[in-house]
This record gives sequence, C-alpha cells and structure tokens, in this order.
Amino acid sequence: MSASLAAPLPRERRALALLPLGLLVLAGAMLAGVLLGPARISAAGLFATLADALGLAPLPAEHARDAAVLGVVRAPRVLMAALIGAGLGAAGAAMQGLFRNPLADPGLIGVSAGAALAAVAAIVLGGSLFGAAAGLVGLWLLPLAAFAGGLLATLLMARLGTVGGVASVATLLLAGVAVNALAGALTGVLVFMADDRQVRDITFWTLGSLAGARWAQLPVVLALVGVPLLLLCALARPLNALLLGEAEAFHLGVRVEAVKRLAVVLAAVAVAAGVAFTGLIGFVGLVVPHLVRLGFGADHRLVLPGAALLGGALLVLADLAARSLAAPAELPVGVVTALLGAPFFLWLLRRRGAGA
Amino acid sequence: MMLPRRALAALAATLPLRPARSDMAGPARIVSVGGAVTETVFALGAGARVVATDSTSLFPAAARALPKVGYFRALAPEGLLSLGADLILLSSDAGPPQAIEVLRAAGAPLHVVPEAQDGPGIARRVRDVAAALGLDGAPLAGAVLDDWRALDAPVAALPPVRAIFVLSAARGAPLVAGGRTHADAMLRTAGAVNVVRGFDGYRPLSAEAAAALAPEAAVMMAHVIEEAGGPDALLRLPAFAVTPLARSRRVVGMDGSYLLGFGPRAAHARRDLARLLHPGATLPDLPARAWT
Repeated sequence: MSASLAAPLPRERRALALLPLGLLVLAGAMLAGVLLGPARISAAGLFATLADALGLAPLPAEHARDAAVLGVVRAPRVLMAALIGAGLGAAGAAMQGLFRNPLADPGLIGVSAGAALAAVAAIVLGGSLFGAAAGLVGLWLLPLAAFAGGLLATLLMARLGTVGGVASVATLLLAGVAVNALAGALTGVLVFMADDRQVRDITFWTLGSLAGARWAQLPVVLALVGVPLLLLCALARPLNALLLGEAEAFHLGVRVEAVKRLAVVLAAVAVAAGVAFTGLIGFVGLVVPHLVRLGFGADHRLVLPGAALLGGALLVLADLAARSLAAPAELPVGVVTALLGAPFFLWLLRRRGAGA
Repeated sequence: MMLPRRALAALAATLPLRPARSDMAGPARIVSVGGAVTETVFALGAGARVVATDSTSLFPAAARALPKVGYFRALAPEGLLSLGADLILLSSDAGPPQAIEVLRAAGAPLHVVPEAQDGPGIARRVRDVAAALGLDGAPLAGAVLDDWRALDAPVAALPPVRAIFVLSAARGAPLVAGGRTHADAMLRTAGAVNVVRGFDGYRPLSAEAAAALAPEAAVMMAHVIEEAGGPDALLRLPAFAVTPLARSRRVVGMDGSYLLGFGPRAAHARRDLARLLHPGATLPDLPARAWT
C-alpha cells in the first residue's frame, strides 16, 4: 500500500475538519451574537441572568434590563438567525447542485418573489381586510402569507417546468424566470395601490430584518427550517450523482425526477419559512455554498452541512453588525449580507471569466 | 467635616419644603418617536430630558441634533433598550409591530401616543403626553385649542379654493394626496377642498385626470418646489399646464413638518396656509407662542 493512500490527502484531511470547524464557528458567532450589541451587558448582569435561568438565584431588580436584553431580545434573535441562515445556505447549496450552476440561488425557484408578493399583499391589503385588528393580525398574517406565497410560487414553477413528467433543468430555469417575472409584476401592481407609508414598509421588508424575532416563532422556524435542512443533507449522495449528469445519475440508480422535486420543495420550505419572519435576505444562499466549495471541494456530503453551519454563522454575525453599526437605529440585515456578498459575487464572476 | 446623622435630619427639618416642581417629577430619560410627539414634548418644556428621537423628528432644531433611533416604522428593539430610557413615547404609527412586541416583552417603558388631525385631537395628545411626562398639559392644550378655534369661523367664511397637495413632482407624474392623509386634513381645515377624490394615500396624477380635476391652487413642501426647479418649471409640467393653475399660478410652499405635522404648531400652520390660499382675506392674528 503506497504512502499516498495511507495518509489522507490534504483536501480529505481538511474535509474531516469541516464539520467540527463549522460547529465551532457557528457556536462562536452565536456566543458573540448573544454577548455583544449596542446594549452593554455587565458581567454581573450576565451571571445574574444565567443564575436566574438555571434556577440558582432569583434575578436582582437592578439586572432586569440586562436579563431582558439577553433573554427576550438577543437569545431568540440569535437562534432565529442561526436557523434561517442555515436554511438559506443549505437551500442555496442544493439549488446550485441541482441546477449544476454556480450562480443559482433559492431565488431561482421563485420562492423569494412569491413570498415577497404575498408579504406585500398582506402589507397593502391587510388593513382593509382586517381593519383595526390588522396590527395584531399582522404579527402572524404577514409571515403566514409570505410562507404560503413562497411555497405556491415554487409549486407553480415546478408544475410549469415539468413537461410529460420530466422536469428538465432548462425548462425549470425558464419556468422560474417566468414565475419571478409574474410575481414581480403583481407586486408592482400592489406597490401602485400602496400608500406612501406602505411603500416604506415594503421597502424595509425587502431589505430583511431580525428585529421581530421572538421565542413564540422559534418552534415554527425549528420545524419548518430545521427539518427540511436535515432532509436536504440526506440528499447529498443523489445530488453528487446528479453532478455527473442526469443520465449518469439515472444509471447509478438515482430516481432523478423524485430527487429533483424533493430538493426543490425542501429548499422552498426552508427558505419560505425563514423569509416569512425576516423579509428577504440576499446572498447567504449564493455565497456561502461557494465558500465551502472553495475550501473543501464539491462533495455535497460536505457542502450541504458546511453551507448550513457557515450560513447560520454568517447571518448571526451580519445581524450583530446590523444591530451595532447604526445604533441606536438598525441597518436592514439584507443590506449587510449583500454588502458582504456582492463583492464576493463579483470576484467570483471575474474569476470565472478569467478561467473561461 | 462630618455632621452626626441626627443633626443633619434636624437641619433638614428646618428647611422650607421645596415646592413640588412639576418638571422635576416623572421620567428623566425620554426617547421620543414621531415628529408630532417630539414637538409636543419640547413644547411642554421637557426637551432637555429627551435623549434620542427618530428620523422624522425635525423640529425644533434641538430635537434634530439628538441621536436618532432610525425611521419610526423600522425601530430597533435592542437599540431602543440600549438608551436606558425610562419612557419611550411612540407615535401610534410606530412599528414594525413585531419589534414593538419584542420591546413590550422586554418590559420597555412604552407609551403609545394617540393620533391627531384637528385642534381637539392635538389638545388631547398634548394632555396625554403631559400626563406621561408627569407634567400639567392644560396650559399648552388650552392655548393650542384656543388658537385653533379662533380660526374656525373666519376660515368657514372663506370661499373654498379647489386645491391639490403635491408630494413630489421631480420626475414622472406628480404624486398627489388623496383621502386619509394629513395633507387632505390640512387642506380642508384651511378653507380649501381637496379636488383629488376616489383614493386614499398618495398616487401619481395623470395629465388627463388633472385637467378634469381643475385645481386652482397647488400646495407643496417648500423643498419639493425647489427640487422641481421652482414654480415656473412646475407649471410647465403637463399635469399642471392643462389646469386653471397655469393661469392662477398659485403654487404654495410651506415647510413639511410645519404644514403636515399636526403638532402644537398646527393652528399657526393652518392660518399661514389659509392666508396663502386666500390672498387678501382677513384672518385673525394668533398670539405668538413660544413653541412655534
């Protein structure tokens, strides 16, 4: 047996390190997300909050604000960011694998445009449908509408992209373009109907924010982002086979059509559930899978969980920046992720251009 | 030098009781969100206690100089909590509702101030804000209401002017105010009829529709007239060239937060707008007020 086979290749050795490394980065980001921010937390406040949470000692009144910032504002926010970022990262990785296109992102399957259409409809029409109760209904109406809208748009795209029981990648892409255009046009109609304030609300929604994260939303996000996330990771082998081409994958025993449909639906659920609570957050789904591929190769068994861990970490850190940079105001988190993502995207394009 | 505690207590007992100064009671660190709310706080004399305002709080100048918590529809829960305020006054439109919910759950000292679009409403809001601040709101509320009511009869006697409010006209079709806007309310209280009907909020106005509406006067924010290149450039726009405006040339410009704020300055804004819309009409002079 030659030495080169006995000792793992550098890339393989790095691959072994990916999951522990990713977990470490995510845990570090989440710790920073909870401990840092514009509201200064004293060490005494932190320990008093921890002692209270563990039932060791009742919370002294002077640390009530620290406890509220840590427990009510930051903890659910960081957990939401980690889950939603993980969902966006894994969904992006799955779509890039499925479409065999490095520029694919979850927006391609219509989920973002559909969610935006429904969210804008809730903002513009919610008031007239629910009257004075719209403010209260709005807490759940908008997320519910956005989730349903994202899912419906993706199902429509999958339906339109399937001809004779076969969903060819090219037809799916074109169907996605058409669904995006249609949703965009209908959103335009609603924007025309909106008043000045609603237009502002729409603008902020499309820029994304985790400012509304609450504990009550977490079980929903855990179920609708966490479960599809794990299932997507389980699709790693068929997605690897698809990288060789659909015919080759078929001969390897992959049920190509079922895998494609499943991947699209899982990605749509994970992204729609996240977008529903935060608004549109760009570039996590596009950039993070590339970062993982650059460092650890194209094996989906690594790319999918790696993109999830790194996506979660990136969104937690982007949200920390969004909270801190303009304090006491807050930057839209989609702006922060795009500010990080767009230069990387351009660099990627130039690199591809030079290589071709 | 240390005095025994007992001696200190005896000394204190001999001092005359300090009168309960109303401006010393109540919250000491206030965040004020909403232009009219902030104007009310400052008009009540509590401006020195305000530690931050939102981006729509443009008057008085001291409010503009304070740290900003962002746009009032996109508030940041942690940013607001980080200010250590003991009172956060919110305009009733403040949002998003999710962020307000987080603030509520975190036990933030929120107080939502009612909306107002006329004299009695403004007086109610003054009393509401004053109560939250631990102040007596009656003098300010009474003065605002007196000023407002002094205009009621003279304005009602004026022939109504057919007017439109133009929010922006720099590019494309001009954006005009329909129903349920502050601009619509201000036009109606200043002796004008808003000729734009059939929709709420702001919408672009086509030249055909403008010709049919036949406005005699256009009310705008002063900076919008400047940005559009002055009244002459505005009147050359297709939507205005086909209307009686082109002949009357009555393009009225006023400061935006003064005209549309419905804060304590609203009665004075109402008088100024009525004068500009009805040149030559006699309207009573209002007393000069410290807050205008």
